[in-house]
Amino acid sequence: MKYDVRRLRLISNSQIADGIFDMRLEMPREGFSVACGQFAHVYVPGKTLRRPISVCDCSNGELRLVYQVKGEGTSLMSQMKPGELTDVLVPLGNGFEIQKGKRYCLIGGGIGVPPMLYTAKKCENPLVITGFRNESLVILQDDLASAGAETVLVTDDGTAGEKGFVTDVLRRKISEVDEVCACGPTPMLRAVAELCKSEGKPCRVSLEERMACGIGACLVCAVKVRKNGEEIMQHVCKNGPVFNAEEVVF
Amino acid sequence: MADLSVKIAGVSFNNPLIAASGTFGFGREYSEFYPLEKLGGISCKGITLKRRDGNPPPRVAETPSGILNAVGLQNPGVDVFINDDLPWLKKQNTVVIANIAGNTVEEYCQMAEKLSETDVDMIELNISCPNVKSGGVQFGTSCESVANITAEVRKHCKKPLIVKLSPNVTDIASIAASAEANGADAISMINTLTGMRIDINSRRPIIHNNTGGLSGAAVFPVAVRMVWQVSNAVKIPIIGMGGISTWEDAAEMMIAGASALQIGTAMFSDPYAPVKISEGLNKFLDDNGIKSVTELTKTVIPW
Repeated sequence: MKYDVRRLRLISNSQIADGIFDMRLEMPREGFSVACGQFAHVYVPGKTLRRPISVCDCSNGELRLVYQVKGEGTSLMSQMKPGELTDVLVPLGNGFEIQKGKRYCLIGGGIGVPPMLYTAKKCENPLVITGFRNESLVILQDDLASAGAETVLVTDDGTAGEKGFVTDVLRRKISEVDEVCACGPTPMLRAVAELCKSEGKPCRVSLEERMACGIGACLVCAVKVRKNGEEIMQHVCKNGPVFNAEEVVF
Repeated sequence: MADLSVKIAGVSFNNPLIAASGTFGFGREYSEFYPLEKLGGISCKGITLKRRDGNPPPRVAETPSGILNAVGLQNPGVDVFINDDLPWLKKQNTVVIANIAGNTVEEYCQMAEKLSETDVDMIELNISCPNVKSGGVQFGTSCESVANITAEVRKHCKKPLIVKLSPNVTDIASIAASAEANGADAISMINTLTGMRIDINSRRPIIHNNTGGLSGAAVFPVAVRMVWQVSNAVKIPIIGMGGISTWEDAAEMMIAGASALQIGTAMFSDPYAPVKISEGLNKFLDDNGIKSVTELTKTVIPW
């Protein structure tokens, strides 16, 4: 059996920025591995659908999920208390494939930043570019630095780090890296993908879509991709969330 | 241990819990949670004559105690199903129901003919999909069209034929009677109720199809009422569905008139839902000294 519903004890669940929460869950230390870029599907008592949250970190017996309160479900999630048993389907999906000997540029925009922490830990000396709307939303800078990453922070309004977009930094530094991995809002991903294409750098993007089953059975989280010249529907939960940027029909 | 087995149109099920079409794909994904033989059967994702890509996303939205969906019958087409998925499904030791949808009556007939030459155990006629532009529910909303399509497909279908009904009608009992009179071996009901949600900031419907089908616990009382009404109008067995989430719901649906059950949306919060419901039903029967689950069917004592 590939999947199992796990009941994980909640260690902590605290706010780390405006509307952003950091949930830590106790994980079995053995017989369990999560790849960077995979996600967890969290059951929220009283809700019909689980909430898909990317894995921010998974080490030292701790699964870390950093999420934004967007609606009722995530609002209820933010009220879960330490000690509670949380029902989580994890790990799901296909993550970023990180190869030895390559230098990666990891790009996160807003709530797309969390999966880049675990990904950074799997890379050697990565360049991590993170972008946020403003200072109040900045997260995970210390964690990324501790993971050994070279970090560049940008905000739309310049209230933290450089003023500008992640693509401004990428354009400047793309020659220093071999591959790019990105997660964030669709316009950002599209811009990153276009830049990588024009510079001839391989690029992978982690996508988001409204999801139900989380395993590829119900087909709701559709994404259009181009394979062998033909446009087909694939699914974020099973085929992704990480896709080859060149194949995604943005 | 009570006897959970049921027989629908001559087909034996180990238990009355069937995975509902559209929530379970062709079974492979959920087989990574538990052996599919724990289920009485699987109603496969709706298939069409040719491959369909379905609707653009978003295709799902959560609603109070339920969800709206508008997948739009994404599927690889009947031939791929027969060649790539059916052989695997047949090894899972559970009843395999092919759910078919078409743009025209002829397409339904062609699919019924193809599937009649395969090992599928039953065919479920989907004349209730609310999320496609042509076909689907348009065949399921009047007695005349239900009578016509059931009679036509019957001529080409050598397998037991289930007709899946839409709740988006004024008189579901007379529609069920039309299906029965024209050769249906069983009724399955209810498909989703048409609904809509709108984002108040963007003023865009949350679902790209604008409207979607409502399912989940929210529709359960509607489903119970309709199953009860139809059970008073037809003699063929009813496969009840619509928001069943617990074994108590399952017992209630059977008491209302269902002989078997389909579980769909409940799977999304708990992939083990049908297995747990089956276990819960068993305990309920044991606790009440009931030997067979069939003894529950249509035992409601109306006022």
